[in-house]
Amino acid sequence: MNTLQMCLVLSSLLFGIGLAAALARSSAILVLLGIELMLNAANLNFIAFWRFGPAPEAGTGVLFVLFAIAVAAAEAAVGLALAIALYRHQRTIRLQEATRLKG
Amino acid sequence: MNLALIILGLVILGSAATALSIRNIVRSVLLLVASWFGIAAFYLWAGAEFAAFAQALVYGGAVSMVVLFAVLLTRRGHLDVPVPPPPPGRLLWAIVAGGAVAGIIAAAAIRTPFESLNNEAPSLPVRKLGALLMGPQAAALLVTGVLLTAALLGAVVIAAGAKDDKEGAP
Repeated sequence: MNTLQMCLVLSSLLFGIGLAAALARSSAILVLLGIELMLNAANLNFIAFWRFGPAPEAGTGVLFVLFAIAVAAAEAAVGLALAIALYRHQRTIRLQEATRLKG
Repeated sequence: MNLALIILGLVILGSAATALSIRNIVRSVLLLVASWFGIAAFYLWAGAEFAAFAQALVYGGAVSMVVLFAVLLTRRGHLDVPVPPPPPGRLLWAIVAGGAVAGIIAAAAIRTPFESLNNEAPSLPVRKLGALLMGPQAAALLVTGVLLTAALLGAVVIAAGAKDDKEGAP
């Protein structure tokens, strides 16, 4: 296993942890943090392929990571505002109790 | 070189797994900050200094503070910080799903023969990065700026919409 494959295994394990947390936890904030971890795992892949790729001087991996970090920050801000709005309506952020739209 | 990567991986994975399995949300966020700083150290290890500083500033500084504020604004009392554990069936299936996805991706990565790897550490100075952002990627930079502005305004409107809700309620 070379170094690039070690980086890819690390990123896949981080993705798995984030996915398990997003599926298992009830709190909206913890689900959002699991999604953030999955985004970070994708960023690890970009950097790993940029580092070991054929043309690192083009900088596409780093640029993609910078844009992904900006989008993830926007997603975290909107997601946490949604969690606060959910708490104001339901007095809880447990996702099992947010069933107002259920048919 | 590989030893540093293994230590970084253990720090990142250990703190992330611990953070998302404990009950106290505040401790989860603090452990996740450690994981995010570990990822920034990975970027430094790979030679992407600017991405490492962006990761440390945005995740370690901004996102962690926003999450902590959200935790403090959405708890009912001092004793409400620990969240109830998920039901065992859902926890089991979540771990199975996460493990299956991670296993499939890791197995595909290990079995793929990566040849002609570039083993020399690349260098991307900030001046070149700035030239790229202002030149070929300027449109993406503008779109990201518009997206951040819209997300900020949307977050403020969503989080501060209490008065409208009371007026609009039947």
